[in-house]
Amino acid sequence: MNISRRQILILLPAAAVAWKSVLAGTPEASPNYKMTDHWWSMLIDIPKCIGCGNCVRACQIENDVPDGNFRTWVERYHVTDENMVSPEVISPDGGKEGFPVAAEDAGKYFFVPKMCNQCADSPCTQVCPVGATFISPDGVVLVDQKYCLGCGYCVQACPYGCRYIHPEKKVADKCTLCYHRITKGLTTACCEACPTGARQLADLKDPKDPIHEFLKTHSVQVLKPQMATGAKVYYNDLDGSVR
Amino acid sequence: MSVFKEARHLFHFAGLFVLAFLVFLVARHYVVPKSFGEYGHYRGAAIGEIAAHPVKFAGHQTCESCHSDVLDVKSKGKHAHVNCEACHGALAIHADDPSAMTPVLPDTAVLCARCHTASAAKPKGFPQVVPADHSNGLPCDTCHKPHSPAMDAGGAN
Repeated sequence: MNISRRQILILLPAAAVAWKSVLAGTPEASPNYKMTDHWWSMLIDIPKCIGCGNCVRACQIENDVPDGNFRTWVERYHVTDENMVSPEVISPDGGKEGFPVAAEDAGKYFFVPKMCNQCADSPCTQVCPVGATFISPDGVVLVDQKYCLGCGYCVQACPYGCRYIHPEKKVADKCTLCYHRITKGLTTACCEACPTGARQLADLKDPKDPIHEFLKTHSVQVLKPQMATGAKVYYNDLDGSVR
Repeated sequence: MSVFKEARHLFHFAGLFVLAFLVFLVARHYVVPKSFGEYGHYRGAAIGEIAAHPVKFAGHQTCESCHSDVLDVKSKGKHAHVNCEACHGALAIHADDPSAMTPVLPDTAVLCARCHTASAAKPKGFPQVVPADHSNGLPCDTCHKPHSPAMDAGGAN
């Protein structure tokens, strides 16, 4: 076979492109999902939460969370008129099996579901010495459990107490915002199981997402705004006593 | 020439540095994962690994594609916005292959009480009862249809 100089000049760049795609390896697990098209967040509507614990149970099942550790949990606040700043907070077994019946006495009671706040300027990812935890291009704080040493720096750094060391794997574990579900077009396990719609997964990069209208028309707050973490879990009607 | 001769020990030392640097580069090439730095200071392939975790809750859209009869009843009732797996549990195994697992009907005496037991901490507008007073311990589905529970909307069993 004779190949002219002209043909070689045409073939070489084509071969280079082909070789590059070979080197790039296998594509992502969800072929139609583009990370740059999303910026995930969560809306928690406190007046809708009934403290049933469905979210906690669903999260433990979906993500094989070991007993006694929580990627999400529910707290019950009891604020009395005499002491507005230091409320009584309980969370028996993370609220997994519900709460004791609240007596009709002085003060107010309400539930606050807690989870990873998926901070845009997260303290936990900044302290990792090996680059095992990071913010994905679509705004989810994730842990690379093959790379994690289990040193626990991130567990200490999180101002919301959302991380733990997995008792068997001995590595950091946390809410992934059900990354394996949201990349397939599903909602998170906690949102799927919430009977009242108190939790809503939201995509801040999607102009059609109802979150934009909600944020415009409601008093929404994030936890510990003074920490400047860029938290992306938005709480509707959050009481000032919540820490 | 004499300059080189007198400074030979320095050249040996410099050579050692160059050699160590080369060893470092070669070792680094093998030790650092291929995808490290793809998106930032982390292993890019980790994102795909996390996304590959198996799904356990099938999602209500999947349930509704087969059980449209239940959807018709439920969408007219008070439980229209309660997703299937909020009560029936994680059923992705059943959704993938209906013969692989038959869902067990939940015990309404336990299930309904989780949400509807009266408590001062619950929102005032949410329907709540004291189970012992309300039904004297009878299972809720003695009277209510769980998919459309309001009695005045034809929800009585």
